[in-house]
Amino acid sequence: MNYTNGKYVFDIQNLNCYYGSFRAVKDTDLSIESKKITAFIGPSGCGKSTVLRTFNRMNDLIPSARVTGEVLFHGQNLYDPDVDPVEVRRRIGMVFQKPNPFPKSIYENVAWGARINGFKGNMDELVEQSLRQAALWDEVKDKLDQSGLGLSGGQQQRLCIARTIAPRPEVILMDEPCSALDPIATLKIEDLMRQLVKNYTIIIVTHNMQQAARVSDYTAYFLMDRDDRAGLLIEYGVTNEIFTKPKDQRTEDYITGRFG
Amino acid sequence: MSVKPDSSVASYPEDDGLQSFVKRRHRQGLTWRIVFQAATIVAILALLALLYNIIIGSFGYVALQNKIEPESLHVDGMPLEELSKEQLVIILSEHISKGLMRRLEHDQPFTERTRQDVYNLVIERVVEQRVVKSWSLTVSFFKRDEIETFMAGLPQGKLEFRSWLHWNFLITPQSSTPELAGIRTAIFGTLWVIFITVAVAFPLGVGAAIYLEEYAAHVGNPWLRRLNAIIQTNINNLAGVPSIIYGMLGLVIFVRVMEPLTSGAFLGAVEDATTANGRTILSAGLTLAILILPLIIINAQEAIRAVPNSLRQAGMGLGATKWQTIWHHVLPNAIPGILTGNILAMSRAIGETAPLVVIGASTFITVDPNGPFSKFTTLPIQIYQWTARPQDEFRNIAAAAIIVLLVLLLTLNASAVLLRNRYGKKSL
Amino acid sequence: MTVSASTRTIAKTAAAAKSDLHKRLRLGESFIEAFLFFCGAVSILTTLGIVFVLGKESLLFFTSGEVTLWEFISGTEWQPAIGRFGIWALLNSTLMVTAIAMLVALPLGLAVAIYLSEYASLRARSILKPVLEVLAGVPTVVYGYFALTFMTPFLRSIFGDEIVQIYNTAAAGIVIGILVLPLVSSMSEDALHAVPYALREAAYGLGATKLETAIKVVLPAATYGVAAAFIVAISRAIGETMIVAIAAGAGPSFTFNPFESAETMTGHIVRISGGDLSYDSIDYNSIFAIGLMLFVMTLTLNIISRHVVKHFREEYE
Repeated sequence: MNYTNGKYVFDIQNLNCYYGSFRAVKDTDLSIESKKITAFIGPSGCGKSTVLRTFNRMNDLIPSARVTGEVLFHGQNLYDPDVDPVEVRRRIGMVFQKPNPFPKSIYENVAWGARINGFKGNMDELVEQSLRQAALWDEVKDKLDQSGLGLSGGQQQRLCIARTIAPRPEVILMDEPCSALDPIATLKIEDLMRQLVKNYTIIIVTHNMQQAARVSDYTAYFLMDRDDRAGLLIEYGVTNEIFTKPKDQRTEDYITGRFG
Repeated sequence: MSVKPDSSVASYPEDDGLQSFVKRRHRQGLTWRIVFQAATIVAILALLALLYNIIIGSFGYVALQNKIEPESLHVDGMPLEELSKEQLVIILSEHISKGLMRRLEHDQPFTERTRQDVYNLVIERVVEQRVVKSWSLTVSFFKRDEIETFMAGLPQGKLEFRSWLHWNFLITPQSSTPELAGIRTAIFGTLWVIFITVAVAFPLGVGAAIYLEEYAAHVGNPWLRRLNAIIQTNINNLAGVPSIIYGMLGLVIFVRVMEPLTSGAFLGAVEDATTANGRTILSAGLTLAILILPLIIINAQEAIRAVPNSLRQAGMGLGATKWQTIWHHVLPNAIPGILTGNILAMSRAIGETAPLVVIGASTFITVDPNGPFSKFTTLPIQIYQWTARPQDEFRNIAAAAIIVLLVLLLTLNASAVLLRNRYGKKSL
Repeated sequence: MTVSASTRTIAKTAAAAKSDLHKRLRLGESFIEAFLFFCGAVSILTTLGIVFVLGKESLLFFTSGEVTLWEFISGTEWQPAIGRFGIWALLNSTLMVTAIAMLVALPLGLAVAIYLSEYASLRARSILKPVLEVLAGVPTVVYGYFALTFMTPFLRSIFGDEIVQIYNTAAAGIVIGILVLPLVSSMSEDALHAVPYALREAAYGLGATKLETAIKVVLPAATYGVAAAFIVAISRAIGETMIVAIAAGAGPSFTFNPFESAETMTGHIVRISGGDLSYDSIDYNSIFAIGLMLFVMTLTLNIISRHVVKHFREEYE
């Protein structure tokens, strides 16, 4: 695959991830295009979440985790010793598998991230904008001072998205954001993603192939190597092509449901 | 969806501003990290200071002075150490009052005493070697000049390095002179009291825990259910009641109301009925039993709760009765946890002081307790009384007694941990 | 409980065939259950005993005619010899000792808890936690020795012998603070630990530093648990006896100077009951009035703390 620079936000080169002595991801090369949705699919344990978490160095939080290779963000390696993970995460936000709002008010949930990142502008405006962008404003505008924990699962997840976009990141990472939600809530999040991609680059990990097919522009298929159980990038390309005419037999097997 | 033009991006610090902003936050993080670490170090230092303080009190130089030099007591040029028992008795009777002589005879007739015992009496009563001053270990090492100045003013004095903790300290009874005092009676007192405490609290506590875990949930009667809930809340509340309150309870109930029982009068076990009272080992043991009961119950409940339900179902499924299931399946699996909790509760009881002071531990006992109806003193009581004395030498023996107490507790706790590790693995 | 049912069963058993499935009377089982119930009920008896004993003797105290309830709860002078029984002389020093202890234990204990829960490596935790447990297992009389022979000379060397009396509430308070520190840190750490990891992830994901995550997300989420720890610690400090009995001084005195000697409620009870006390004297009754007050204070705090903890658990379970 050929990528020209500039169009791409991330460029992963020869990435290997380890947990202790176990290699979870091996020899991965991958580029992520700007203002597009890229989906990572594959069976569980294939390393797709691990790769996602290298993009904002969330792996750092696991004491035994180690990364080799390069994760270039606009050409700068995120794993250079002088790169500060705190700054990385402000620019590359993340939405998690289970909705995890803070046990604070809805307003505070959105404002918190902005505040710690030194936001100096009109906070009310920012909160409203972020909630509007997350398609939650109309549902919560009358109860901003109520606890975020009081919302439904789908609303909580949209609150988490609002919280993530409040610090104005460039990229939003989503780690199976709909796996804890019902189909209607899932649909709303998917619609939202199509809206958000106008302004943000989105990378989503999903178990759900239909979801990847519905929302993503590009799809990367990961699989666990039978020999050493390390995750491996099998195929990467335009979503349509991956789902209609996969080049790799293993991708085809997975997509047609023959295994996984 | 209408999205307003994004005006907020400019409100975040950028470039240089961002650099210094993030730097400031990191500096703040580092500062507080150091604060948290320092607090932890302070906590450890407190423990070290505690131990250090006890150790420096237990060892150090002492200035000794004799009232009568042993040389002047020589009989026919024979030194004191070589005299026979009879000769020593004569020296003793020549130097001490008739009254004291009679009292010593009353405690134990001289004919029954060993030579070593009489020799000790001569040293104690006649030679009267006394500690004039004692210094802590740190002073002994680092302020020798201070000691030497003091000794210069004490021509007859003798300087000696002393460990206040020594074998005789463990096996001699109490005395009003610190250098002759020991903790024998206190150790026996502690053992007796704890024996009674455990004998009462262990069955009651484990029984209550079994009831609350295995029976209470299956009770149908709403009144009884309510009562069970009250019992559970009540146990949790009792665990937080200050120990001194238990002492007051023990004082009224065991010492006064149940006096005929706790003094042993009902058994005719007292020699002198007029001085008999309820301030006995039995009262102390019962008071501490009530005190540690909530601890034992809560720990035992946890241990029983940890036994997998499948075991109960397997037992009941084979037609065993409830009690058979409990006895054969639940308890054997819970017993390591129960014992661990019991040992921990026991060490709590061993260290308790306030309730025993309140129910009236005797201040001065030189005779070994010989049963549950004896008057008593315990190690912590001894430590308390010696610490409360103003003389330095009492502080020294208090420190020595603390070492004994801590070693005892450490041994107990270590055995609890061993028990947990050993049987904890087996049951998995 | 099941007596009538049991007699019926006996009658039926006698009439029925050998292998029926009717309920059988199991005397042994019933007896065991009754005994176990009795074991549980002992705790109720204990509480009733405490309430009865403290209540009855306090009643005697207040009906003796020598003191009114109002004089008791408003007076600042405690001199039984001249019939003055003002609890504030003792309560004031109890509160002062407790306040000093909390000044030491709360910040230190919370800092240790945050360090253990958010910063320390597994190795550091495995060393530090047993150290704190040892600290918690040392008998209070040993702490009393420590207060008198270490903390007081230490304070005197800093502030001067003429300012710091040999017996003083400051030394006792600081050492009580050290005593309850492990309690505060272990309960707070449990609370911090119970905060879901997902919240920390969320904070880090927004670009928070470790400190911001710990202080602004984890700690607020654990507020109730930490508050419960604080309340229990206060209750524990109020009821602590041996340290104040040894180091705070004998003799009630209404003073706000932490370097002066002042007897606390518990210290007074120990001193009076440790002496030769004649039963049914006003002195004897008075310590039960103090005891009742102590009991009510600590019980209230403990009940509040358990409610707070329940609140905390409900938030996450």
